[in-house]
Amino acid sequence: MSRIGVFVCHCGENIGRTVDCEAVAEALKDHPGVAFTEDYKYMCSDPGQQLVKKAIEENNLTGVVVAACSPHMHEKTFRRACDQAGLNQYMCEMANVREHCSWIHEDRGEATAKAIDITRTIVEKVKHNRPLESIRIPVTKRALVIGGGIAGIQAALDIADGGHEVVLVEKEASIGGHMSQLSETFPTLDCSQCILTPRMVEAYQHPNIKLHTWSEVEKVDGYIGNFNVTIRKKARSVNEDLCNGCGDCQASCPAKRIPSEFEAGLGKRTAIYVPFPQAVPNIPVLDRQNCTLFKGRRKGLAKDVCGKCQEVCLKGAVDYDTEDTFIEEEIGAIVVATGFQLYNIGREQPEGLKGYGEYGYGKVPDVIDGLQFERLASASGPTEGAILRPSDGKEPKTVVFVHCVGSRDPEKGISYCSKICCMYNAKHAMLYKHKVHDGRAVAFYMDIRAGGKGYDEFSRRAIEEDGAEYIRGRVSRIFRDGDVVKVWGYDTLSGEQVVINADMVVLATAMRPQDGVRELAQKLSVSTDEHGFINEAHPKLRPVETNTAGVFVAGACQAPRDIPEAVAMASATGAKVMSLFSADELEREPAVAIVNENTCIGCMNCANVCAYGAIEQREICTVDGHVCGHVAYVNPGVCQGCGTCQAVCLSKSVELQTFTDEQIFSEINALCYWE
Amino acid sequence: MSVPTSTLAADVLEATGINAATCYQCGKCSAGCPMASESDLRPHNVMRLVMQDRRKDALADQSIWLCLTCETCTARCPNGCDPARVIDVVREMSIETGAADMPRTIAAFHRAFLQQIRTNGRLHEMGMVIEYKLRSGDLIKDANNVPALVARGKLSLLPDRIEGIAELKRIFEKCGVTP
Amino acid sequence: MTDVAYYPGCSLHGTSREFDESLRAVAADLGIGLAEIRDWSCCGASSGHTTDHLLGVALPARNLALAEAQGFDTVLAPCAACYNRLSAARLAIATEDGLAERMPDLLDRPFSNSVVVHNAVELLRDAAATIEQKVAVATAPNRLKGVKLAAYYGCLLVRPVEVCGYDDPEQPTSMDDVIKACGADAVDWDMKVECCGGAFSVSRTASVLRLGRAIIENARSHGAEAIIVACPLCHSNLDLRQKAMARRGEEPMPILFVTQMVGLALGLAPVDLGMSRHFVDTAPFIARLVQQATERAAAEKLAEEEAAAKAAARAEKQKVGA
Repeated sequence: MSRIGVFVCHCGENIGRTVDCEAVAEALKDHPGVAFTEDYKYMCSDPGQQLVKKAIEENNLTGVVVAACSPHMHEKTFRRACDQAGLNQYMCEMANVREHCSWIHEDRGEATAKAIDITRTIVEKVKHNRPLESIRIPVTKRALVIGGGIAGIQAALDIADGGHEVVLVEKEASIGGHMSQLSETFPTLDCSQCILTPRMVEAYQHPNIKLHTWSEVEKVDGYIGNFNVTIRKKARSVNEDLCNGCGDCQASCPAKRIPSEFEAGLGKRTAIYVPFPQAVPNIPVLDRQNCTLFKGRRKGLAKDVCGKCQEVCLKGAVDYDTEDTFIEEEIGAIVVATGFQLYNIGREQPEGLKGYGEYGYGKVPDVIDGLQFERLASASGPTEGAILRPSDGKEPKTVVFVHCVGSRDPEKGISYCSKICCMYNAKHAMLYKHKVHDGRAVAFYMDIRAGGKGYDEFSRRAIEEDGAEYIRGRVSRIFRDGDVVKVWGYDTLSGEQVVINADMVVLATAMRPQDGVRELAQKLSVSTDEHGFINEAHPKLRPVETNTAGVFVAGACQAPRDIPEAVAMASATGAKVMSLFSADELEREPAVAIVNENTCIGCMNCANVCAYGAIEQREICTVDGHVCGHVAYVNPGVCQGCGTCQAVCLSKSVELQTFTDEQIFSEINALCYWE
Repeated sequence: MSVPTSTLAADVLEATGINAATCYQCGKCSAGCPMASESDLRPHNVMRLVMQDRRKDALADQSIWLCLTCETCTARCPNGCDPARVIDVVREMSIETGAADMPRTIAAFHRAFLQQIRTNGRLHEMGMVIEYKLRSGDLIKDANNVPALVARGKLSLLPDRIEGIAELKRIFEKCGVTP
Repeated sequence: MTDVAYYPGCSLHGTSREFDESLRAVAADLGIGLAEIRDWSCCGASSGHTTDHLLGVALPARNLALAEAQGFDTVLAPCAACYNRLSAARLAIATEDGLAERMPDLLDRPFSNSVVVHNAVELLRDAAATIEQKVAVATAPNRLKGVKLAAYYGCLLVRPVEVCGYDDPEQPTSMDDVIKACGADAVDWDMKVECCGGAFSVSRTASVLRLGRAIIENARSHGAEAIIVACPLCHSNLDLRQKAMARRGEEPMPILFVTQMVGLALGLAPVDLGMSRHFVDTAPFIARLVQQATERAAAEKLAEEEAAAKAAARAEKQKVGA
């Protein structure tokens, strides 16, 4: 016999202004199965919850219905209160008379009648509720961090320092990401590698961190606390255990003119190479695309035409016959920290983007981007820190810095602001002026975005102390005219066209997600936005989680951001992962589907429609082990409670707990039966 | 002239579908405008006047008649604001409301050109040049080119009137244009 | 092969007669049939759309309606302004609310906006393979081989991209491809798509002189021996007005229509291409090209003969040695 308590909340004015809460409580008082009714101003408050607990104890309630806001808001609150009062929390439901009623209607009479209907249907539902227990699933306390840039390194260190194992996967030969390419960082002008390399070494040497460089995530199966990840270790051609980092192979390699990715195309490297001297691990990788020996093999030559690096290696670490290998790891939580790449202005573009024909589609000499300028300014770069122009090695006396190339340009396909460019342009102007005292630095900008701590003061320094000329206006054309690069800009503040004959132009190109992120996101079942950035679960309150439980996101792969923010996000994901790992078991809501094996006919319709891969086939055996049929089985750890299986089940054998057919039909009947 | 009840921006929006508020005054259009050095108002200035409902300032300025309709501004605008079209429609409005202040020679050219088409259907260049000179008062200029053009067979002395000239006159009428 | 509807536009019957002449000559040589639209009228050029949007759409639309009625599905409009106006009218009628419905009444003609519009550069680019082939098998040496030419597109051939769309609006390549098909060198220069001053030729000549000068100077500084155009107004601004913008002692820069260039490559007679109608005399330029071509052909023949002689001598030596 049901004894249900009905509590109607005024929610201040939110409900009370449109719905007559007293009347609702009154109307439910005599409803069969209702043993107690009350209305109150703020049910979610402490006194409100006390009301519920007291009513449960004093009236031996078997169920509770709170007519108030959306269950998204306070279902947990009231269920906790019931639990504390000794009533199974799943006997408590909410009737939404706010979002579904008071917030969308104006007529008090009609709204009140509707509120009564809504509450009644939930009361009828609760009569069919069952006392359920949370599902407990084990948690593997090992994290996977995808991406070894500053965000990935920080996340890995935080989790490892917290006492848990971390598998750090990086697709390049070394960790460090783009931060390792920078010369100095804003707003302190700290040497980038000086602050980064200690972290890199720490990550490499940490007993809890397993580092896989030159590797990518191949496959991800499973669910939060129980992922199965397959990692592809690409063929390095160098045995990581034997190599001692002596560098003889690099020195002996005859292919010396390959454009270096680390030097952003401004320097050269060999085919067997370590990307930069401070690389971690300091173990080279062989670029089979550009290696003479491998080119020969691809041509089908009978004999290998080179082999210098293998010859000179005293450790015998070079092996031309290695293949990609696969490693499987059991993982409990995943952090995505794949970082960014820079937009390029070329003619060929991925879908949705256009290049800058008006700036020469990237073919004008001495028009470079921000990362290339960083390499010029860097003491370990191709010019050893001297600002020299790539075409002829001369020192440029006039450098133009162009803001917003790609960014804030919907016609080119990028509507967002890349956030860091105003700051790094100021930094570049300052670095240039520090090195070329008689040089002229001109920056064309639209707005200055310098919102961080000390940022605005930093950007003002460039103008006030270092003499950079800031002109507000965008640039219409950039082209080569003899020995100079002509820049056609505009000064909107003084109202004039401005033509600069520059020696070098630095374009602040937009930050974009890395290539391959969409495919990775699919493997992880996370979504990306129209630009390819990973979607966070909630932009304000859940910025480091994704909509897939157990997968977290940090750094520039989620949106353009600077180093302090990337580090903060990374540490935040560390905290989330640690919190996940703090218990041996994960508690999940019992709102999962359960198959009645006695009535299941084994058609597996349910498995076909399950979007989460939660349903398996299970064999039914006779007493002597003979397989006589099969039925469906729902994995309670993976099931997300969508109910699709229940809708398509031919034999009505699968039930979604908390939303069984019985419960749903009782609601429908209530709506139709009572006037 | 009736007092307009809507803003200039609203009128432009209705006529062209362009929302002037999408212009964030970056100046890229004006940076590449070939006539900027000769005009008071550059393309982004016109957009601003539209945004600020400064009808008289926009419609009565000579600058809009110096526009070459080369479409450079429209091609480069990051927000797709189509300043060329906005300037087109501001010109139209300035004629409709009588606020237009066309530079004498440009006004003469347009009128002579359109009058020629209305009369003959095709541009009789000789006739147009004569009419232009009369309207603009620019009698001497280019006079020495005429014999050279005639000598090269590039200037016919007689007009080439089309058969369907009545259609053309009707088109002008229906569009409400009297050159 | 079905004929293409030919819309010459007012200039091609007047001050740019040579564009019409050379186009017809080249089309005939390439086997492209052109049938002039009967009773075509002016497209309105810039005076139309600058003063009244509806007029600016109706005037070109009449010609499209005529082409439809005369059974064509494609119109060739060589003049860049006409091409741009006809294409812009097509787009406006297809996209602006209510405009398509108004057209039949406005024009007193049925109109279904079904005719496609091309310009001369597109036509020649699509025929590039044929041109290259013909040039290769011609008996007379190619007068344009290796000659440095600057492709000047101007503004209306490529912008706005929604109207034109057949080439990149900032770094177009279609005319350069035609130049290459003729065996010439298309120079890389910076004023390909900058406006020459267009319709201000008569009404505000000073602007045209300023803009035109920058164009010619840039072409010259990149080594161009001539500038190739596809617009009567660009031609007249750079050719007729060149004397006014030139400085003392400067070499004249010949301005050729793209069809004239193709005609020269195909071996057609300069007079048939209207080459004598220009203000900047093309005769010395062509004479130089012919001389270069002849000298080159002679040098190639000599080299061939020497190589053959050497080969014969080697063969003799081997015979003797054996």
